[in-house]
Amino acid sequence: MTAETKKSLFTPFNIFAGIVVAVGLVLTVLRFTKGMGAITNLDDNNPWGIWIGFDLLCGVALAAGGFTTSAAAYIFGIKKYHSAVRPAILTAFLGYALVVFALHYDVGRPWRLVYPIFLQPGTTSLLYEVGLCVFLYLSVLAIEYSVAALEWLGLKKLRGLVHKLTLLLTIFGVVLSTLHQSSLGALYLIAPSKLHPLWYSTYLPIQFFVSAIAVGLSMVIFEGTLSHKAFHHKMDATYLAQHDGVVLGFARAASVVLAAYLGIKLIALGADDNWKYLLTGWGAWYLFEVLGFVVLPCLLYAIGSRERNLKLIQWTSGLTVLGIVLNRFNVSLVAFNWQLPSAQRYFPSWGEIGVSLFVVVVGILAFRFIVTRMPIFYEHPDFKDAH
Amino acid sequence: MRRRKFLTLMGAAGAGLALGKTPAHAASNAHFEGYPDAKAVLFDATRCIGCRKCEEACNKVNKLPAPAKPFTDLTVLDTERRTSAKAHTVVNKYMPAGAAAPVFRKIQCNHCQEPACASACFVRAFKKNPDGSVTYDASVCVGCRYCIMACPFNVPTYEYDEPLTPRVMKCTMCHPQITAGELSVPGCVGACPKEALVYGRRKDILKIAHARIEANPGRYVDHVYGEREMGGTNWLTLSGAPFKEIGMREDLGVTSAPELTSGALAVVPMVAALWPALLGGIWAISKRNEKTADEERAAAVKAAVAGNQAENDAKLAKFKEQAEKDKAGSIEREVKKALEEAAAAAKEEEGA
Repeated sequence: MTAETKKSLFTPFNIFAGIVVAVGLVLTVLRFTKGMGAITNLDDNNPWGIWIGFDLLCGVALAAGGFTTSAAAYIFGIKKYHSAVRPAILTAFLGYALVVFALHYDVGRPWRLVYPIFLQPGTTSLLYEVGLCVFLYLSVLAIEYSVAALEWLGLKKLRGLVHKLTLLLTIFGVVLSTLHQSSLGALYLIAPSKLHPLWYSTYLPIQFFVSAIAVGLSMVIFEGTLSHKAFHHKMDATYLAQHDGVVLGFARAASVVLAAYLGIKLIALGADDNWKYLLTGWGAWYLFEVLGFVVLPCLLYAIGSRERNLKLIQWTSGLTVLGIVLNRFNVSLVAFNWQLPSAQRYFPSWGEIGVSLFVVVVGILAFRFIVTRMPIFYEHPDFKDAH
Repeated sequence: MRRRKFLTLMGAAGAGLALGKTPAHAASNAHFEGYPDAKAVLFDATRCIGCRKCEEACNKVNKLPAPAKPFTDLTVLDTERRTSAKAHTVVNKYMPAGAAAPVFRKIQCNHCQEPACASACFVRAFKKNPDGSVTYDASVCVGCRYCIMACPFNVPTYEYDEPLTPRVMKCTMCHPQITAGELSVPGCVGACPKEALVYGRRKDILKIAHARIEANPGRYVDHVYGEREMGGTNWLTLSGAPFKEIGMREDLGVTSAPELTSGALAVVPMVAALWPALLGGIWAISKRNEKTADEERAAAVKAAVAGNQAENDAKLAKFKEQAEKDKAGSIEREVKKALEEAAAAAKEEEGA
């Protein structure tokens, strides 16, 4: 360890992270010795809580920056976005790895997670599609990310080989992302009797997919803003020079995508003729989500990119990220089981929140470990112009 | 009693013929009518007295742990219950509006013709059997609980307190016991003292149900619950009170679970086939644009260089010409000057 890392060991964040990890380990022991019932509020009416609603649904959506950025840079050939690819791929890789990690707490027999893929595939299940795509996409992301790790390790030949696969992996990644981002929404198609009509729609899959693009773009901006604060010294001239362009370009794109998302939301509302619900309490909550977290960021992004207002764009990216988290929570927890009496409704336990926090902190620690060591925000001196 | 035995025997005779038929696949337009000789159970709420004998029998047959309160304790009925990992069937008491006496309703797995749980399971742990029952295989279950999410009747339950080997628990229509010959009818059916439960071929059971309604239109709501709900179920219910008032959803619709998701599943091959072509095309176009742009840039540079060259040449030539001119002029001037000087010198010499 260098003197620099030693010096920073007892920062407020590190102390916080240490506590969260310690609590997480205790919860892990409880979960695997006393059962899920000991630390969760899950029950027979509410089998999926925030470990699915946040760790899986939000985790996957927030990792959508990987496929959107690499598609923009490699498929659409927008060269000025190249320096944003590596941070986005790393975020996506860690995001998906943590989704799989978190699932080990939520499923009853985690060592069987490979069963649907290798032993007995249930192809009529949307969850099978989710599982297969996440498994394949995690592999794709691991390979895509490995370029940076191989540069760090100095394995030139292997790195060259993997780098040649970039376009193929990017296309494969977009296909897989399209499928599983949408099938996360499609998971809920089977339960029209449980999800409130304002959120249930046959357009759920496409809503999930389009909103994932919007949040993917927003996450690149959001995460770039935070990274700037923490890892500025790690960024090279190319990254810094391209950064503003990425922010402005992604803001414009996100504005358009949010507008499309709003359109699909309205079509869904009209197709099922659910306007009457807008005047109920649920309608107020629905409008809060749509006006506050779709319409508003759509406008703010448009204004921000037109006036080249980076501050506004950065705040808007946070708003958009929050909005997607709200949407996924609404579909999976808030508007789900809406007809059950309130005494039977689900609210997460401290244990569940603790595990989710633990997963997020592990992700941040892994991100920090990697970006302080590997060529993520800069080009490796041996591989200049090879991004 | 004789009728039930008769139907049981009829059903047993037919069970063997049904093997080999498979339920409809999710992304198909084939309508699955159910296995032809599938069994069903009819529950008649107008006959149920809430004695909990069915609960007791179920507990015994399935070797479930003893409940906190004995099955003879009817005060349990005062609170509404649902099925649990330790109780595959429960009876609830309802007081419908305007009813003179309470109505009892038995809850258990409805054994859908096209079960949501089986459709949702990503390891095929659930199976729709030709005898109409839906069974579960714990040896492949991952414990994701999507089956519980998917079930419109809130039936499957889970062993949340099992740390490493939790199972999904639900009524099996006593399929294992009947197949093994231990029972001829499901445990609950055999235990019912009021013939509120009848077991037999689904086709026959439906006829019996409709016949009861026809014979006693004042006694029954004119609907056999489960005949078409969620694509039809193998557990059918008759009631005198509106179904909604005895805790049964009337808004589930007749679409089976596989039909609800078939559209989304059908999109998968389309995306897998079309996306690579589309994205490859976009890549090729952007690559081509880039190449064209590069070529144009190169050509422009070349043209600019060439233009400069010509201009420079012309300039140079002009310079040269000018220089020549200057040179010639200066020589001329020098010669003239020399001549003048020579002439002046000669004049001077002459004058001197």
